Amino acid sequence: MAVLGSLSRVLYIDLTGKKYWVEDRSDLFEEYLGGVGVAVKLLEEELPRNADPLEPENVIVLAVGPFNGLYPTASKTVALFKSPHTGNLGESHAGGRSAIAIRLAGYGAIVIKGASDLPVWVSVQGDRVFFRDARALWGMTSSHTVGRIIREVEPGSGLRTIMRIGRAGERMVSYANVITETYRHFGRLGLGAVFGSKKLKALVVTGRSSIPVADRKAYREAYDKIFKLIVESPLMKKYHDIGTPVNVLHLNELGALPSINLLQSRLETAGRISGEYLAEKYLGRRVSCAHCPVACIHLAVLREPYEEEPYFYKTTFVGYDYEPIYALGAMLGAREPEGLLKLIDVVEAYGLDAMTTGVVLAWATEAYKRGVITREDLGGVELDWGNYEAYIEAAKRIVEQPTELYKAMARGVMYASERFGGRDFALSFSGNEMAGYHTGPAAYLTYAFGARHSHLDSAGYSLDQRTIGKSLPPGEVVNRLYEEEAWRQVLSSLVVCFFAREIYKPEVVAEALKPVGFDLSVDDLVKLGKKIFREKYRLKIREGFNPEGVAFPKRIFETPTPHGLLSPEYMEKAKREYVALIKRVTAEQG
Amino acid sequence: MSRLVVQDVNKCVGCMSCMFACSRRFGEGGLAKSAIHVASIGGVERGFKVVVCRGCEDPSCAAVCPTRALVRRKGGGVILNAQKCIGCGNCARACPIGAVMWDYESNKPIICVHCGYCTSYCPYNVLALSR
Ligand code: SF4
Ligand code: SF4
Ligand code: SF4
Repeated sequence: MAVLGSLSRVLYIDLTGKKYWVEDRSDLFEEYLGGVGVAVKLLEEELPRNADPLEPENVIVLAVGPFNGLYPTASKTVALFKSPHTGNLGESHAGGRSAIAIRLAGYGAIVIKGASDLPVWVSVQGDRVFFRDARALWGMTSSHTVGRIIREVEPGSGLRTIMRIGRAGERMVSYANVITETYRHFGRLGLGAVFGSKKLKALVVTGRSSIPVADRKAYREAYDKIFKLIVESPLMKKYHDIGTPVNVLHLNELGALPSINLLQSRLETAGRISGEYLAEKYLGRRVSCAHCPVACIHLAVLREPYEEEPYFYKTTFVGYDYEPIYALGAMLGAREPEGLLKLIDVVEAYGLDAMTTGVVLAWATEAYKRGVITREDLGGVELDWGNYEAYIEAAKRIVEQPTELYKAMARGVMYASERFGGRDFALSFSGNEMAGYHTGPAAYLTYAFGARHSHLDSAGYSLDQRTIGKSLPPGEVVNRLYEEEAWRQVLSSLVVCFFAREIYKPEVVAEALKPVGFDLSVDDLVKLGKKIFREKYRLKIREGFNPEGVAFPKRIFETPTPHGLLSPEYMEKAKREYVALIKRVTAEQG
Repeated sequence: MSRLVVQDVNKCVGCMSCMFACSRRFGEGGLAKSAIHVASIGGVERGFKVVVCRGCEDPSCAAVCPTRALVRRKGGGVILNAQKCIGCGNCARACPIGAVMWDYESNKPIICVHCGYCTSYCPYNVLALSR
């Protein structure tokens, strides 16, 4: 028997009535483990059909799983909600202390419903929930400041998560983030805007409970095995040393680094925004998510002199990763790191999604240069590749939305390009902006059809890189992506960080589940992954996802990838395969 | 007897592996039993503090215990006799560095026994056992 303990407890918070209650959902946790598996089911139950993402009827589900608080690098929380950005299922994962705090506060999931009339922040302290007046915090420009204030007044230092939004969330920019512990995010699909629409400025969760296991000895053994693998693996070392930005040079050499709105797949100045360069010149500190020995979070130190005062500096710590460097750096033609770091900091403070913002700004720059949009539309901001003063100004205006163009840009490139033109070079896939890999067909298939539209889904970029020089039949590509994606549903139900996916192989997972009382074979797990995959697509389709309607922007066919120029015919065939797969899978019984 | 020491707190990345290890001594997950506390010193960018028992020669916690549940340990620090403990919390309040944690589940203090189990889980050698 599974020892679920407090994992099966679901905390429901109703912001409209300022009420909360707990329900035991052992049924769901026994069947779906936790995380994304359980969250899909909870969302399906709670979300009215065709709900408006920015109305009180939208629901936020935060879920953790049986590995959080028990095994290393199981440090993520899954958020499911209806996305204001794509109008479809939104999924986002964040680390920091979020997962540990939720689990040790005694919950497997938190469901947030309704909307508050006044700005609030909600503080969950074990069994008690407090609704706090956040009027004084509403309108504060920086999410950093909000975090700092809450840190002072709430208990649980070191054991709590402070999830909060910035101005972008308040202003309901459709790709506003929720920031946790300053440098981690629920990114991409606009959870921040959903928080904003509910007048929820922040969610604080604190807890320090124990987690019982079925077999103590076996638990310690399984733990030691995994811990050893993680600290000794060269794979994890790479995340620790240079971090994800190690990709910049690598992808640039391959000709897969999307640059200047994908007019190029290489950037001359890539060396100056590479992980190696940043580590050498700017790295100030490495930090880790709770219960993860890897410490992949790299913080750069930016020292800016004040013009009017000699020897007076503003020192800022800026978290950097590969994706922000791609989107806010390469895509905007960065020539040096300082402008890029300043832009990352502004984007972070406002609580915008870095990847989406970068792609939006890149589209706008090209649109402006081609005369699709005017200087007036831009409110006088002179967008130009590498001009970071202009980009910082434009990012602020996306939040404040002073002109029609910025209002449109606050809803992403698809929306903006439909209104203003330039659809051919608007790098949107099913409403979501592309990630940083122009590696080949598999990457683009995952952007368009992926089950998450964040976290790179089934890692098409990786399949592309492993198959350079070969041309796989479209059916095979789609099948391999499906297998990978189905397995990832298991990992995100447990919930482990995807960076540790090479550690948490099926055999290791099955072994580690035993002391918790889950008796699942590798085969059972693989089946479960497929089942969650199916349930997720059913929900997606229920909410209006139309695989047949997927279209690829023309630009991706104009710039060579490591697989050469992509062929529209090939992509069309692959699309048909994906559509067939989704149809087949969602029709399955059981 | 050996004592647990914080060698270089600047190397700490806040991973909490040590805290989890301490709780796991009893074969449990979570943090309820951890005698170590790691917290940022005002935002993770500033770094962390690692609070562990200093193994005092003349421990303040023992001095204020009304039931003598805490007895001095040879080589520094204290040993808890849980049977005698009435859960008054004097010891936790008396420790000037906050190294006496509280176990809310048993309503008793958590006392570091300087076993060094945590040290093998700190990948950055922040913690060590000194003899
Ligand atoms: S590998 Fe990085 S992102 Fe993943 S849990 Fe560890 S510190 Fe967090
Ligand atoms: S809590 Fe227990 S050990 Fe601490 S002072 Fe009180 S009786 Fe003594
Ligand atoms: S294990 Fe080491 S690096 Fe991690 S929190 Fe503890 S002292 Fe810091």
